[in-house]
Amino acid sequence: MEIYELSVHELLEKLDKNEITKEEILSSYQNRINEKENDVQAFITITDTEAKEQFEKEKNNPSKLAGIPIAIKDNICTKGVKTTCASKMLENFVSPYNATVTEKLNEAGIISLGKLNMDEFAMGGSTEHSYVKKTKNPWNLNKVPGGSSGGSAAAVAAGMVPWALGSDTGGSIRQPASFCGIVGLKPTYGLVSRYGLVAFASSLDQIGTLTKDVKDSALLLNVIAGHDEKDTTSVNKPKEDYLQVLTNNVKGLKIGVPIEYFGEGINNEVKDSINQVIEKYRELGATVENCSLNVAEYALATYYIIACAEASSNLGRFDGIRYGYRTQNYQNLKDIYRNSRSEGFGAEVKRRIILGTYVLSSGYYDAYYKKAQQVRTLVKKEFAKNFAKYDVILTPTSSNVAFDLGSKINDPLEMYLADLCTVPVNIAGLPGISVPCGLNSEGMPIGFQLIGKPFDEAIILNAAYTYEQNTDFKTNKPQFKN
Amino acid sequence: MPNFPPKPKYSAPAQPSSAGAPNTHCCPICMALPGTLPVLNEKVVEYAVRAGLATGCEIEQNSKNDRKNYFYPDLPKSYQISQFDKPLCKKGYIEIEDQKGEPKTIGLTRIHIEEDAGKLNHDEFGGGTLVDLNRAGVPLIEIVSEPDLRSSEEVDHYLKKLKSILEYIEVSDCKMQEGSFRADVNVSVRKKGETKLGTRTEMKNMNSFRSITRAIEYEIDRQIDVLEEGGIIEQETLRWDDVSGKTFSMRDKEDAQDYRYFPDPDLVAIRLSDEYIEDIKKTLPELPESRKARYRQEFALSERDASLLTASKYLSNLFEKTTAICKNAKMTANWILSDISRILNEKELEPNQIPFTQEHLAELINLIEKGTISSAIAKKVVEELFENPESPSKIIEEKGWIQISDEGAIREVVLQILQANPQSVADYKAGKERAIGFLVGQAMKQTKGKANPQMLNKMLIEEIGKQ
Repeated sequence: MEIYELSVHELLEKLDKNEITKEEILSSYQNRINEKENDVQAFITITDTEAKEQFEKEKNNPSKLAGIPIAIKDNICTKGVKTTCASKMLENFVSPYNATVTEKLNEAGIISLGKLNMDEFAMGGSTEHSYVKKTKNPWNLNKVPGGSSGGSAAAVAAGMVPWALGSDTGGSIRQPASFCGIVGLKPTYGLVSRYGLVAFASSLDQIGTLTKDVKDSALLLNVIAGHDEKDTTSVNKPKEDYLQVLTNNVKGLKIGVPIEYFGEGINNEVKDSINQVIEKYRELGATVENCSLNVAEYALATYYIIACAEASSNLGRFDGIRYGYRTQNYQNLKDIYRNSRSEGFGAEVKRRIILGTYVLSSGYYDAYYKKAQQVRTLVKKEFAKNFAKYDVILTPTSSNVAFDLGSKINDPLEMYLADLCTVPVNIAGLPGISVPCGLNSEGMPIGFQLIGKPFDEAIILNAAYTYEQNTDFKTNKPQFKN
Repeated sequence: MPNFPPKPKYSAPAQPSSAGAPNTHCCPICMALPGTLPVLNEKVVEYAVRAGLATGCEIEQNSKNDRKNYFYPDLPKSYQISQFDKPLCKKGYIEIEDQKGEPKTIGLTRIHIEEDAGKLNHDEFGGGTLVDLNRAGVPLIEIVSEPDLRSSEEVDHYLKKLKSILEYIEVSDCKMQEGSFRADVNVSVRKKGETKLGTRTEMKNMNSFRSITRAIEYEIDRQIDVLEEGGIIEQETLRWDDVSGKTFSMRDKEDAQDYRYFPDPDLVAIRLSDEYIEDIKKTLPELPESRKARYRQEFALSERDASLLTASKYLSNLFEKTTAICKNAKMTANWILSDISRILNEKELEPNQIPFTQEHLAELINLIEKGTISSAIAKKVVEELFENPESPSKIIEEKGWIQISDEGAIREVVLQILQANPQSVADYKAGKERAIGFLVGQAMKQTKGKANPQMLNKMLIEEIGKQ
């Protein structure tokens, strides 16, 4: 096996046994980036020199993760390195400060190899809404990697980095992880600080991990989780060790499977694959039952109202006044606003800002935003009701596998439907993990999702780990098919 | 709309200040850099609750922050964190005196917390408009009164009373020039007997009592003129120009602002426990009304003096501390309300900018009582204290201002003056009592004001009698 094929915990074991060196790890990944970036187009910024400099500094750091490479979604602030959000608006923006998670990576001595492509301001499900480039799916270069953390998922799947950070507002970690055959974890809202994550929808955004396997998710979550005074929505609770909870045992675990996610709109091959997952869990000693999430059909509409409302306010700061893109074409203040924003934002971002502005407007607020908040409460209650009976809830991650580049770009509604199974998790602020469970007839990865109670990362990580340990998805390798 | 003594900003750890070079008091949060998040300054919640409790408000125990969305270059986030439908306090009141001196209750609609915006500098640095974000994110509380005020005079009384209360409860230093006590003034007129209020206009960020009075007077006249000429008043924001003494229309009216208020998802809801509110209640200090009553009783001060002294917490404290040392309340009150207040006015200083201490003032009063210095010299000492705050004894010694109370020395001067002014002596003897004043003046001139006036007077009459 090549070094770049190994997961981080495997790298650590080999380092322990002195079978490899940290230098070899770094050069293996940097070489792999050189080799594959042309095909995959995962990076917006590659920080070759900075990474080598940082590596020299961290070489003797006693942290066991010191010197391990990573790459970061380009909406997470990194001091001195561009943070573009894949937008013309921030094309040349360099943050003067680090996001809290960036600080945490630095403290652990983890080396960033660069910033990863995404849908502009994390709005989209295919990474095709990037102003910078279109990322390809390593399993088939004609397919999208999913999104919005498409660069993160593709980079990990292609072995360009051992793991990556992403952000998830409605599925933006889990869906691309599932499209690219890797593990994607969206933690409970409030477990990881959002300080320094460029906000899309503040009440839904959460930073999470994209990794080759479940154990690495636990390892990276150990680094980034924790209370932060700079984010008042981050929860002050004792730190957990997510590695210790991986027991490879799900005997007695109660799993609920909502029937709503097995009906119309879910691809048959995906259904078959999920049924096999269910069988596997039964085999392993878990009980699996059908259950119901009654409000599931309203979740998508609720999500798009709340997310767009918050986005319309959060993205107001990109006004051409203090930083970012400013139009050349203005006579007065209104021109600066109108033209900077018209020229600086892409179509999908503008669509959502306009939608969000509309639902908050006087006369429409009650019918849309307020109603959506009420449904949000119902969604939470519906989950709580199910969690009274089940430890975890299992669904497909996405209704289908990765689609062809360009095939849905002109059909926003069709694109939004890919988030059907993931958005309720953000609406309720729950933890969710996507785990690869097979390939379809075209050789494209399928993923399933486990949803836990708030702050039950330990439970879903162990359930995912146990499945992974008793199956062999990892023997499949991306083919970079043309 | 006071803001607070140097405390962390509403949302950011930078030190707030409207002073200082532009953009030297801001951090990534105040500048609304991508990815930054606000944090509620808990002190501002406490201040609002304190102001609410001091003005008889109901306290909202389940409150929240809302976003008020609009675009303006002084608003870096494109929304202001404020409170929309759940202000921390509501339904309070303040007692003032109306124009006739009768007591009147002014209702308070609400007290809420919000963050300040930045400031635009027009044409100040070589043309164009530049943004200064020093003030952005500084927390403030906004106190909204009911439409109960009927004249500029009542507004003046109301604001002064409000200022006094806020100083007492230490919610604001209320330095108006620095903008830590500002008012948005709404004015409307209506015909006598009409019950419905007229359309109002608003003048924002007013920060001097004089300008507020002038602006209200002007706006009342303007609105009456418009209505009498058959026009209508447009609801709009006006800018008061102190130089021309006029108001000007500020915003273009085509924009009907829709602020799209919604709960700020970055800030968690505010829940105040009974215990929290009780604790604040316990720390509320004595308020001006009750202090005034105490002064009348304890120090036998007149209604007017007690009222003037207690209007300023600082002066009132200075009075109490000085009296505790010198044991002469009457004289202390007089000196504070006459010479010291006059100098404050002339120098345009706030009471808390008085450079000398209660020990200095008490010593001065004792020096007068003992006859070491005359009132005339004492006035000069007070002036000197503002320039050079040190022990009055040291001042009068250095300046050679010690009163001459030596009988021999005074008699010598008296004899010289009588000899040099025979006509005045004759006039006095002929019954022109005023002539004695001239002679005293001459003697004072010769002694540079240092002669003990009582002794001088007495001795002059004595010596004339001998002639």
